[in-house]
Amino acid sequence: MAPVIETKNLNKSFKDFKAVSDLSFSVNKGDVYGFLGQNGAGKSTTIRMLAGLIFPDNGHVFIKGQELHNNTRHLLQHIGAIIERPDMYNYLSGWDNLKIFASLSNKKIPNTRLHEVLELTGIADRRKDKVKAYSQGMKQRLGIAIAMVHDPDLLILDEPTNGLDPQGIAEMRKLILHLSHDLGKTILISSHLLYEIEHVANRMIIIHKGKKMVEGIVGDLLHPGDTLIQVSMLPDTDVAGKLAGSAWQVYVHEHTSSAITFKMDPAQVPQLNQWLVQNGMQVLEIKTKHLLEEYFISLTNDAAAKD
Amino acid sequence: MTQLLRIELYKIFSRPRTYISFAIIAAISGVIQLAMLSDGGSFVNFALQGVNEQFDIQGKVLNGYLVTYITLQSLLIHIPLLVALVGGDAFAGEASMGTLRLLLTKPISRTQLVLAKFSGSLVYTLLLLIWLAIVSLGVSLLLFGTGDLINLKSDAFVLIMHNDILWRYAAAFAFAGIAMMSIASLSILLSIFADNAIGPIISTMGIVIVLTILSNLELPLFTLIKPYLLTTHVIGWKGFFDDPVPYHAIGNSALVLIIYTIVFLAASIIFFNRKDIKS
Repeated sequence: MAPVIETKNLNKSFKDFKAVSDLSFSVNKGDVYGFLGQNGAGKSTTIRMLAGLIFPDNGHVFIKGQELHNNTRHLLQHIGAIIERPDMYNYLSGWDNLKIFASLSNKKIPNTRLHEVLELTGIADRRKDKVKAYSQGMKQRLGIAIAMVHDPDLLILDEPTNGLDPQGIAEMRKLILHLSHDLGKTILISSHLLYEIEHVANRMIIIHKGKKMVEGIVGDLLHPGDTLIQVSMLPDTDVAGKLAGSAWQVYVHEHTSSAITFKMDPAQVPQLNQWLVQNGMQVLEIKTKHLLEEYFISLTNDAAAKD
Repeated sequence: MTQLLRIELYKIFSRPRTYISFAIIAAISGVIQLAMLSDGGSFVNFALQGVNEQFDIQGKVLNGYLVTYITLQSLLIHIPLLVALVGGDAFAGEASMGTLRLLLTKPISRTQLVLAKFSGSLVYTLLLLIWLAIVSLGVSLLLFGTGDLINLKSDAFVLIMHNDILWRYAAAFAFAGIAMMSIASLSILLSIFADNAIGPIISTMGIVIVLTILSNLELPLFTLIKPYLLTTHVIGWKGFFDDPVPYHAIGNSALVLIIYTIVFLAASIIFFNRKDIKS
């Protein structure tokens, strides 16, 4: 089966600035595909090329095996997208906005479907309010509703958690997992909240200066054994001595008298905690640093150092 | 296409700013009518100073037809601005609001979107002209009644009998529709290149003003290019108030304006189909 999205050697420049360079990747059916990169890495340009907003200088975008450039109207029927901010007609109500964009989907969409997506995104009770009265988070939810209303197979969500409060972010995560697991949607998602990507994506790509750095299955790229576990405790002058003779010494990443950072699998944390307490160290906090965040930072820092 | 046009019209007429144009026309027309009600006699005497010395003019000179003619002359430069308010906003307004990218992620043809926006602007323009006809001609006839129309020109005056005027206004408004269609297509073309509506609105007005000045300059260089200038033909409606009516010249002007409209529209379609949406 052809990938839902496949790009081949995409290139795009704006005057002298090379925004995307020879970028190839593929998103398979059912994937929640994390699309990561620093600001200015070329994420938005690539996503706009996937949505037919920007034309590549050369290279190809295939959606469900068909070239986007030759079948844009047909293929956009299968795509729901939010690109950057979800901007709408502020002088119209949420309902009117949803109705307008639903009517452009080439499908007859009943009002019951409109109600359904508004319920799903949690803004049904504010549907009659003008969008100018919406918070950024509500606009984001309406944007998702607009992207979903025609029941597309593929959702392209560019920073969908922007402007959402922590509860909204958690709800968005649940919604994305629901769309993927229960409804079988393929989702390409970019976000600067790496923790969120880590929890929803099964595959991902990291790009830097328009070029692919890594692409693959999240579990394969992020090795649990490389997780950084930071233990904060009351100052203990003999930390080094106590660790020296123990089995935990090999996991030590760095330490001071009041904090030790271990590089290990989070599954070992309960035993570690037990050992620390048994050896008289008074533990205040054990914090797991997010794998993807660390991975992303190390990868992009390496790339920046090479530049 | 029909659905796109319906949506465009809904958007145009849902915005309070759309109605500002209608209010402006009503205000300008109302001010002129009030001025004519209070001191129209002096105005007419002053305007006919030279004529009265040589001719004995009988009848009701200050009538609804004359007031309408004066109003139309005054609004000559304003109507293109009001048309540009909507045409210039067509794409640039969507770009600045950020809705253009959302719109174009939907399965719609860019060509059809340009045509729908042009058609929407055209409907708005025609409604604006109908409104102008109601508040200028309709209200003036109610306030001042009918009579023969004296059309004062720089080197002559034309007297049109009262029963020969109404069709001329109908034709003049129809011609104005064609003229404003060309202005609307120009502002839509400029709108495609901008991410903010102010730019194309001001640019359209700038072009209209510069071309109007060129059209009126009696210099040999400009005489050569005058027949090709948009603004030379925009004022073709005045021909309906000549005697005899210069049908050939009016037809020629209408043709030039239609060609301009087609060129602007074709250019809009070509450029918009190639445009990267970065806003």
